[in-house]
Amino acid sequence: MELTTLLEIKNIETFYVLIYALRGVSLTIDEGTITAILGNNGAGKSTILKTVMGLLDDQPDKGTIEFMGKRIDGKDTEDIVKMGISYVPEGREVFEELTVRENLLMGAYRRHDRLGIKDDFRKIYNLFSVLENREGQLAGTLSGGEQQMLAIGRALMNRPKLLFLDEPSLGLSPILVKQIFGIIKAINKEGVTMLLVEQNARMALSISDLGLILENGRFVMKGKSKDLMLDKDVQEFYMGMKSEASAKGYQRWKRKKRWR
Amino acid sequence: MFVQLFISGIAFGSLYALIALAMVIIYKTSEVPNFGQGEMAMLSTFVAYALLENYGYSFTISFTGSLLFAALLGIFLEFVFLRRAKEPNVLSLMLITLGFQMILYGLASWKWGADQRNLAFPVSDFDTIQVGSAVLSYLNIATILITLILMFILFLFFKYTKVGIAMKATQQNAVAAKINGIRTNRILSITWAMSSVIGAVAGILLAPIATLDPNLMMDPLIKGFASAVLGGMTTLVGAAFGGYMLGIIENLFGGYVSLEFKSVVAFGIIVLVLCFKPSGLFAKHYVRKV
Ligand SMILES: Nc1ncnc2c1ncn2[C@@H]1O[C@H](COP(=O)(O)OP(=O)(O)OP(=O)(O)O)[C@@H](O)[C@H]1O
Ligand SMILES: [Mg+2]
Repeated sequence: MELTTLLEIKNIETFYVLIYALRGVSLTIDEGTITAILGNNGAGKSTILKTVMGLLDDQPDKGTIEFMGKRIDGKDTEDIVKMGISYVPEGREVFEELTVRENLLMGAYRRHDRLGIKDDFRKIYNLFSVLENREGQLAGTLSGGEQQMLAIGRALMNRPKLLFLDEPSLGLSPILVKQIFGIIKAINKEGVTMLLVEQNARMALSISDLGLILENGRFVMKGKSKDLMLDKDVQEFYMGMKSEASAKGYQRWKRKKRWR
Repeated sequence: MFVQLFISGIAFGSLYALIALAMVIIYKTSEVPNFGQGEMAMLSTFVAYALLENYGYSFTISFTGSLLFAALLGIFLEFVFLRRAKEPNVLSLMLITLGFQMILYGLASWKWGADQRNLAFPVSDFDTIQVGSAVLSYLNIATILITLILMFILFLFFKYTKVGIAMKATQQNAVAAKINGIRTNRILSITWAMSSVIGAVAGILLAPIATLDPNLMMDPLIKGFASAVLGGMTTLVGAAFGGYMLGIIENLFGGYVSLEFKSVVAFGIIVLVLCFKPSGLFAKHYVRKV
């Protein structure tokens, strides 16, 4: 099967004024895949997404980003969105004083195909039936889980080729996490390529093709998700599983060292 | 007498409501009370005057030209001055709008001097009709109607048009607006144009009953600002009601208590609101996330 590259990040470095947040990050995303980025708090996961979306002024400081063969670093966020990248930010960021329907409509802001938009409303209401029932309700009055669904639905209204999801499981009950990840997988099957940032390593690896681990602004590990899931370090540090007691102290030190 | 004071209060209140609306629209998007609002309207009114008197154009062309000028002026000021401020805070933005106020006032004084002029208007301020026990001039009625029509258009705009909804979206969360592809800079331009046009309408309606000089909008601006504060600064409905309330209260005060101190009412109301309900009478319960 021939894979085409959708997004190519080459050696980007990002600063928040003096804070050196991304220290040379490279990443290639192939069409149709789900890529998961794991990492501890403050590792720089969200910063990668924000940098690609052009949300950080004058960043990346170094490196290049190409989407479908075109340079997008330095472009306005609005144009990057129009090219076909949608972004579900950490913490949802729905428009609280707009209704559910208006929120979804804003997702399609740059589209002009009335019929297609109508179609997509249908699709999203099929995917998230709660949203249809709450169509006229203000988004700020939705529950956290409903807001997450709305944020995903809104991002899909752009008919993205590539979808960024920043911690979609944050603050959701285990059942809802399962449901949302099921839907994410289903959306991917429809042909939407995904880049997923997650703390919930088990879930993320279980639906993704490729996994990367970020520490202090650098990728320290990369591999097929199913391989990572079996990796002892990943299990121990990201999935909270304990390795055998006898070797633990020694292994911990050794592996940590290798990662830095 | 009460009915008379009440109804002519509504006519004045309409003007305050327009100015309040203009200020709130900008406040919600740029997060600054625009102290240049009055002078923007005053200058636009002078443009109407110049087109009418100096160039001899018709009312239609002159007023349309004036509103067009107002729109461009709003876009220009926002683009050239406000947008340059990097990581601005409210104080620096306020200072910039005070700068507009001084520049525009200076410009008008230099071009038109301190002469008191009179802006002609197609509807007479002297012909009156009897409404119940009150007497209203045609101009009063035109003012009330035009204001209502404008408010209705605004209502439709924010409720049913894509740009109107995008404007609300940008006001609520600019970053989220961007990641939906909304050009927030363009929304800012539209906001300033709209606001400036609404202010200019107030100026054109006011000039025929006041005297047209660079001080035209000084007093009304403070009243409009007071109305907006009364309504809550963040709601258009509140701003409109605030305007009407102030117009009516002020007129009743002038009629029954003291004509000399009529102008103090606006100030008194600002103080009272700030003491008892700082968020304004109509403020929504949402706390804005910055
Ligand atoms: N606006 C900002 N200004 C200054 N520093 C920032 C800013 N945003 C993030 N940082 C810093 O950059 C680093 C990476 O932050 P980032 O938000 O990308 O982490 P993350 O991996 O997404 O963490 P989490 O899992 O907690 O969301 C952190 O050290 C953070 O403190
Ligand atoms: Mg994050």
